[in-house]
Amino acid sequence: MEKIRVKVCMGPAGILAGGAQVLSAFEKELKDKKICVELKSGCSAHKVGCRGLCAKDVLVEVAIGDNKTSYQSIKPEMVQRIVEEHIIGGKPVAEWGEDQNYRNFFKKQVKVLLSDCGEIDPEDINAYIAVHGYEAATKVLTSMTPEETIKIVEDSGIRGRGGAGFPTGYKWKQCRRDPNEPKYIICNADEGDPGAFMDRAVIEGNPHSVIEGMIIGAYAIGSHDGYVYIRAEYPLAVERLEMAITQSRQAGFLGKNILGTGFDFDIKINLGAGAFVCGESTALMRSIEGKRGMPRPTPPRSVNKGLWGKPTVLNNVETFANIPYIIRNGAKWFASYGTEKSKGTKVFALTGKIKNPGLIEVPMGITMKEIIYDIGGGIDSGKKLKAVQTGGPSGGCIPASLMDIKVDFESLAEVGSIVGSGGMIVLDEDDCMVSMAKYFLQFTQDESCGKCVPCRIGTKRLYEILERITKGKGKENDIDLLQELGKDVADASLCGLGQSAPNPIISTIKYFREEYEAHIFHKKCPAKVCRDLVTYSIIEKVCKGCGACIRACPVNAISGEKKKPHKLNQETCIRCGSCFDVCKFKSVGRE
Amino acid sequence: MDSNMLKITINGVASEVPNGTTILEAAKLLDIHIPTLCHHPKLSVFGGCRLCIVEVKGGKRPVISCATPVADGMEVKTSTPRIEEIRKTIIELILSDHPNDCMICEKAGDCTLQELAYFYGIRENRFAGERRTYDKKDNNPFIERDMEKCILCGKCVSICDEIQGVGAIDFSYRGFNAKVCPPFEKDLNCEFCGQCVSVCPTGALTGKMWSYKGRQKDVREVDTICPYCGCGCSLTLHVRQNKVIRVSSKENTINEGWLCPKGRFGYSFIDSPERLKTPLIKENGKFREATWDEALDLIASKLKKIRSKHGPDSIGGLSSARCTNEENYIFQKFIRAAIGTNNVDHCARY
Repeated sequence: MEKIRVKVCMGPAGILAGGAQVLSAFEKELKDKKICVELKSGCSAHKVGCRGLCAKDVLVEVAIGDNKTSYQSIKPEMVQRIVEEHIIGGKPVAEWGEDQNYRNFFKKQVKVLLSDCGEIDPEDINAYIAVHGYEAATKVLTSMTPEETIKIVEDSGIRGRGGAGFPTGYKWKQCRRDPNEPKYIICNADEGDPGAFMDRAVIEGNPHSVIEGMIIGAYAIGSHDGYVYIRAEYPLAVERLEMAITQSRQAGFLGKNILGTGFDFDIKINLGAGAFVCGESTALMRSIEGKRGMPRPTPPRSVNKGLWGKPTVLNNVETFANIPYIIRNGAKWFASYGTEKSKGTKVFALTGKIKNPGLIEVPMGITMKEIIYDIGGGIDSGKKLKAVQTGGPSGGCIPASLMDIKVDFESLAEVGSIVGSGGMIVLDEDDCMVSMAKYFLQFTQDESCGKCVPCRIGTKRLYEILERITKGKGKENDIDLLQELGKDVADASLCGLGQSAPNPIISTIKYFREEYEAHIFHKKCPAKVCRDLVTYSIIEKVCKGCGACIRACPVNAISGEKKKPHKLNQETCIRCGSCFDVCKFKSVGRE
Repeated sequence: MDSNMLKITINGVASEVPNGTTILEAAKLLDIHIPTLCHHPKLSVFGGCRLCIVEVKGGKRPVISCATPVADGMEVKTSTPRIEEIRKTIIELILSDHPNDCMICEKAGDCTLQELAYFYGIRENRFAGERRTYDKKDNNPFIERDMEKCILCGKCVSICDEIQGVGAIDFSYRGFNAKVCPPFEKDLNCEFCGQCVSVCPTGALTGKMWSYKGRQKDVREVDTICPYCGCGCSLTLHVRQNKVIRVSSKENTINEGWLCPKGRFGYSFIDSPERLKTPLIKENGKFREATWDEALDLIASKLKKIRSKHGPDSIGGLSSARCTNEENYIFQKFIRAAIGTNNVDHCARY
């Protein structure tokens, strides 16, 4: 009998969809049916990290020998049939297997750093080693000079995946050149953008790739101390990372005299305490030092004066995770993906009104259209695409009319957005762009550290102006005021948080000015989202008098006899929309 | 040319400055004024007020002059329409979250924020909105902390940490609600040196005993030396109607403008009814006022009497570390040469 491997997705969404129960169901079935008794180590069911198509979790892969079958939307009760028909009977359960949508989701993706994520058991170092893990680190430490290592990273053209897109090789080179010692290397895993979960998925799915990237980076710059600054809100990622560091240390990849080369390097984990601004490099370093996480002005740059005032390289999770693959496959191979200035692939967290929300990896330069329609499967509500918000609170909106845009650092910046860390939120006609901007400003003004005036007070005022607009109290010159203040906040703020905070406003005004005008001048919210600008009424001609709305209304604003048209009292109505949602006859109007 | 000197042109004026000079310092050398609220030459760079932004030729966005070192060949403009526009916005933003009660503010007339508001002609405010309001009053005896007037320049935090080495206050909360306060928002319980007060650019920190005693324009400044100890710090007394209403110290003094709580706040003895102005001699269990000659004669005669009856070693002298070196020298000389004993000591030995 051939080897049997069952992989159960236990990424964030996989766990929520019941991944653990599905896994134990498989374990039980395989045990009960005595399949594993015969095969011993040739049979296993194990957890894997995020497999990508979160919309169809729990995702399962059953491999019999080299024959792999993917299943989607698996629930514990479906396991028995898969084991009986597929594993024992040799005939996959076709109706639960991959369909056209599943194949499309993966078709245009190029998995580089995610190639092992979702395939291997993240809690087992041997699983990583089995897929050539730590080969790159071994090669670098035993047969390459730091300069050669940096050269490969530089030639690959990889740019920082944390948002700013600074060339990684150049950063390493600058740090290596600094004569001061000791040097530090930090992995930024303080992923805080709403709607972003790339770093989380990478650490939960393949933590060893990040560790290996850090070992290579440390060797290249001459550092012996590494830190991973990871947010405490990612308990599973922290757990798996801790586990991976321990295993890596036991295997001799971390610690003193790594692989007998005389090179020492170890990694500590620092937990973030919930401040978004600590994702900013200088604030992050201050936080590791035990100080309040507030950014400091640059220069001096971190590569010269970073952690404890010493030369420091700080890279994002995804950047480090790319490094082993670049070393193993070469700079040319990596640079063959992407565009002239944006090389390689990029992981995006695709969320919002999309049919296939999930974790995707695409070559830089792919068009937005391909991501949304080919990979994402289009809009799930069947409504029209309105915009795609990239880069979270630091990014901007790209309107539906610009979907042919290439997704790379330069092209997105040109239209007023950013690649950012990789959050991609899809918006449809039911989304109000003013509300969307307000949401992000509420976030940034709340997360501002309070150090510099433009960010501390400026973002607050921007938020207040947006709030009054959504409440129908917008003033005639509010759009101009938003633009003026937005520009000043962007130009004068101390760190990236404040400098990019106005982006959601500036880009939505640029592409959706008429929505702002409708709110301000006509006191209407075209998407019918802003509660204060929406009125509900009962269309008497259509109303059947079923009473559903009367029961749903939380403030007793609707009255009427059975089978007679109901009435809605505008003065009592709080515009919650409950009546609109419950009415089966579309007799509640919303204006 | 000295290789350590860098060329810089500010507002069209060329000069050379030593390597490591910031743009702000270079401008100061040329007598070019750049507004700032959070910069202090003796404290670490904070970079929070953003007022000192300048344009550097070839730069993407304005840079803050307090933190940006001069690079060779740099061309800087300290005032352009865009720079002034941003500065005006910053001041407006600060004022939009400020009580703006200059009429009754202790700091009026001596307030950097007020001065900036004046120079930028800010009366209307485009950004009126929510204002921080704090009910709690700090019950410490010396320092009035009106945090609604705080602009979070961080000078008080830095001076407390970097100069005084105390660290009694720091930033807490975040965003709009960020606030400088002692741990857990308790009442200030520190050395009360008042260094924080001396650097506060607004009326957020003032002396409690200063309140409603007079504005800066009404005072006569009298430079003197602190009488408390041998350090000899320079004081500037702020005198109004022949009364000391405040004490400060200037930066170009031996003590660099820093003072301790006694020097800064310990001046109420001046007008105290309990203050000793003449020597007192106790007769029949009661003190009576005497002249210095009379008192010194009395002490001399008593010391002589003791010495002739019990010998010089029956007398000892103890002096104070708070006296100057010269005073201490004279004192030991007197005990040794005039009294004739080596029984002389000094409180700093204990």
